[in-house]
Amino acid sequence: MAAGVATWLPFARAAAVGWLPLAKKIMPKPPVDKKSRNDEILFVNVSGLRFQTWKNTLDRYPDTLLGSSEKEFFYNEDTQEYFFDRDPEMFRHILNFYRTGKLHYPRQECVQAFDEELAFYGIVPDIIGDCCMEEYRDRKKENQERLAEDTEAEMGTDTPLPPNSTHRERLWRAFENPHTSTMALVFYYVTGFFIAVSVIANVVETVPCRPLKGSKKDLPCGEKFSLAFFCMDTACVLIFTFEYLMRLFAAPSRCKFMRSVMSVIDVVAIMPYYIGLVMPENEDVSGAFVTLRVFRVFRIFKFSRHSQGLRILGYTLKSCASELGFLLFSLTMAIIIFATVMFYAEKGTKGTNFTSIPASFWYTIVTMTTLGYGDMVPNTIAGKIFGSICSLSGVLVIALPVPVIVSNFSRIYHQNQRADKMRAQQKVRLARIRLAKKGTTNAFLQYKDEGGFHDRDSDNALCLKNKSSFEHQHHHLLHCLEKTTNHEFTDELTFSEMCMTESMGYRTSRSTSISSQQGMSTSCCPRRAKRRAIRLANSTVSVSRGSVQELDTLQVHKSSSGLQSRSSLNARTEDLKLNCEDRDFTAAIISIPTPPANTPDESLPPSPAFPGILRNSRTNFYTHETVKISSL
Amino acid sequence: MGAVVGTLTLQTRQRRPSNDKFYDDLELSVVCHRPEGLEQLEAQTNFSKKELQVLYRGFKNECPSGVVNEDMFKQIYSQFFPHGDASTYAHYLFNSFDSSQNGSIKFEDFVAALSILLRGTTTEKLQWTFNLYDINRDGYINKEEMTDIVKAIYDMMGRFTYPALKTDTTKQHVDAFFQKMDKNRDGVVTLDEFILSCQEDENIMRSLQLFENVI
Repeated sequence: MAAGVATWLPFARAAAVGWLPLAKKIMPKPPVDKKSRNDEILFVNVSGLRFQTWKNTLDRYPDTLLGSSEKEFFYNEDTQEYFFDRDPEMFRHILNFYRTGKLHYPRQECVQAFDEELAFYGIVPDIIGDCCMEEYRDRKKENQERLAEDTEAEMGTDTPLPPNSTHRERLWRAFENPHTSTMALVFYYVTGFFIAVSVIANVVETVPCRPLKGSKKDLPCGEKFSLAFFCMDTACVLIFTFEYLMRLFAAPSRCKFMRSVMSVIDVVAIMPYYIGLVMPENEDVSGAFVTLRVFRVFRIFKFSRHSQGLRILGYTLKSCASELGFLLFSLTMAIIIFATVMFYAEKGTKGTNFTSIPASFWYTIVTMTTLGYGDMVPNTIAGKIFGSICSLSGVLVIALPVPVIVSNFSRIYHQNQRADKMRAQQKVRLARIRLAKKGTTNAFLQYKDEGGFHDRDSDNALCLKNKSSFEHQHHHLLHCLEKTTNHEFTDELTFSEMCMTESMGYRTSRSTSISSQQGMSTSCCPRRAKRRAIRLANSTVSVSRGSVQELDTLQVHKSSSGLQSRSSLNARTEDLKLNCEDRDFTAAIISIPTPPANTPDESLPPSPAFPGILRNSRTNFYTHETVKISSL
Repeated sequence: MGAVVGTLTLQTRQRRPSNDKFYDDLELSVVCHRPEGLEQLEAQTNFSKKELQVLYRGFKNECPSGVVNEDMFKQIYSQFFPHGDASTYAHYLFNSFDSSQNGSIKFEDFVAALSILLRGTTTEKLQWTFNLYDINRDGYINKEEMTDIVKAIYDMMGRFTYPALKTDTTKQHVDAFFQKMDKNRDGVVTLDEFILSCQEDENIMRSLQLFENVI
């Protein structure tokens, strides 16, 4: 748990007074804190540099060297201080971590040395704060690459699919992330290949081939091998059509998919073929048809699905739209101005090329972009002067927005890289948080299993010593909550199995005399329980699971408290006698069938409420019989 | 050419207001609250100087600005109850701590409440609890308020409990509470009824002593 939380724990425990009037059970005794409450200042000598800090500060992180009893190994009796023979400069950062809860990475230090110090003091590098994390990671990566280690795994959108996804979702994922399955990868490469083939075919069919026998004119290959090209084109279009239809089918939102750029490109790439099929061989229309064939070149844009860089380029152009618009606008203005000037300057010359202002546009563009074809040249002096001004200003106007576009591209490209890195970090962080959360819940459940609720006498104290006082107090707090509400914390597994067997028990024990069971509603997970109950209706597993109360209650009297679980059952029955008005509770122990049975030689059972049941082959009694016994 | 430069400057001017807003926000966030002197606090509460020092050092470390607002409080409190959702109960708790009802807890509020809870007399503790339950501060606890509180407490347990939570668990609990506390059966519990009923119950009296050694 975070250090700051330790400060607030006394406050949370004090607030537990608010539960007292509501509590159904008696509150448990608080843990005895043998340590003296007075805070003291500790001296830490690191290679001659003396540091002082409160003991509480170091105790904030009990699973590090300085926070645990491990530091006692470094205690020097003569000088009454803790001596560490390590780098004093680095220690400053370590100590600041205890003070502020944030670990910073000093940029001037070597990342390897920093890692070693962290390892020595038992601090996990993941705790480095956001401010320094990127730098730390970058340096570490550089370091590792230099040592020729490849540790950076390929992250990205490789999240595992939820187990119950439909075919459609799986198909969509295969299309979007080809490296998730081999089939998708194969399909990806096949389509890429066919795009290339199609584009090459389009290009090659215009190349002049040797003419047919008996004819002098050079024929383009397309007409010579028209059948071959037609077949190739058909094959490509079929593949593209198939791919498009599959994507359309798999898309989660069809309207959105149809409006996306890639889909439009796909359609434009395959439409000319179908239109060509449909249209008759008419001379008038075939002119238009030829134009349509130009659109076949759009197939090359389909490559942008295969290339991240192309997509980034497209995205950059889109995001630099304002700069590009500005460039275009200023160029247009300049072209119009200079074209007008050149026209009027050259108007007098005989046989001039500058026949009109629009004709001068071509000269202006060619000059401003410093192309200079030379097909239109000014002859008059004024024309030459203005022509030179035109070419100089052309360079300026074009050069101005280009760096903006370039920097935009660079920014977006690096952002993209950073986004991938961030996603990776976020995943790791979430996983750590989830693990810590599970850790605390598991810690409490484990604490209960180990019988932490008994009055601690000296012999039992040893086994519970390795928990910090913070954990003791926190567990006491959670235990108080349990007593207030008269319900216990369990984990998900036990809970779901309990739900299932609860509904089973309800079905099998029809003739119970305890009325409270009939009042019990399986509100926890009715649908799932019902489904499972139907499935298991004929199996004997649930019956044997649902039964064994009888053995339990019989064992109570004979128990020798060998199993801690049995002894907790002892405690429970004592509680039973005390709180007779708790209808709920008696019903709970009697009518609810047991959670999964464990043999005593297995490890501790998940929920201590029902102890390890001896798995016995002859235990197929129904619940109602056990009721009779335990009601004694 | 001049027109070209003109359009350039036009575009950049549009982007400036957002920068100003950033600097404004920067200034507003630096708010600091300092508590009264140590002697005053020692006089007002039942803590010794050393205890107040320890408390303040921890508090200041966590909240350098000197105040805790509701979101922070909810976040802190939720960390102790990872199983369930502690935000509703934290909200009621926050309101009971925030004596000046201005949406933030200062160190004085914090210490005053702790002083009552840990070093106060039983009557004071019960009074604090009554104030916690009485959400609208009208001097009476009615069934709706109690249901809200009990539901918030059960929310902290989370979903995975043994025995499983039923739909009428909360209602049963509230009914049991009213059965015990509401002496004149008028549907509300007043402060006197509450204190009287609690004093009659030995278990509650004994439990109130449990938390004395928390600090």
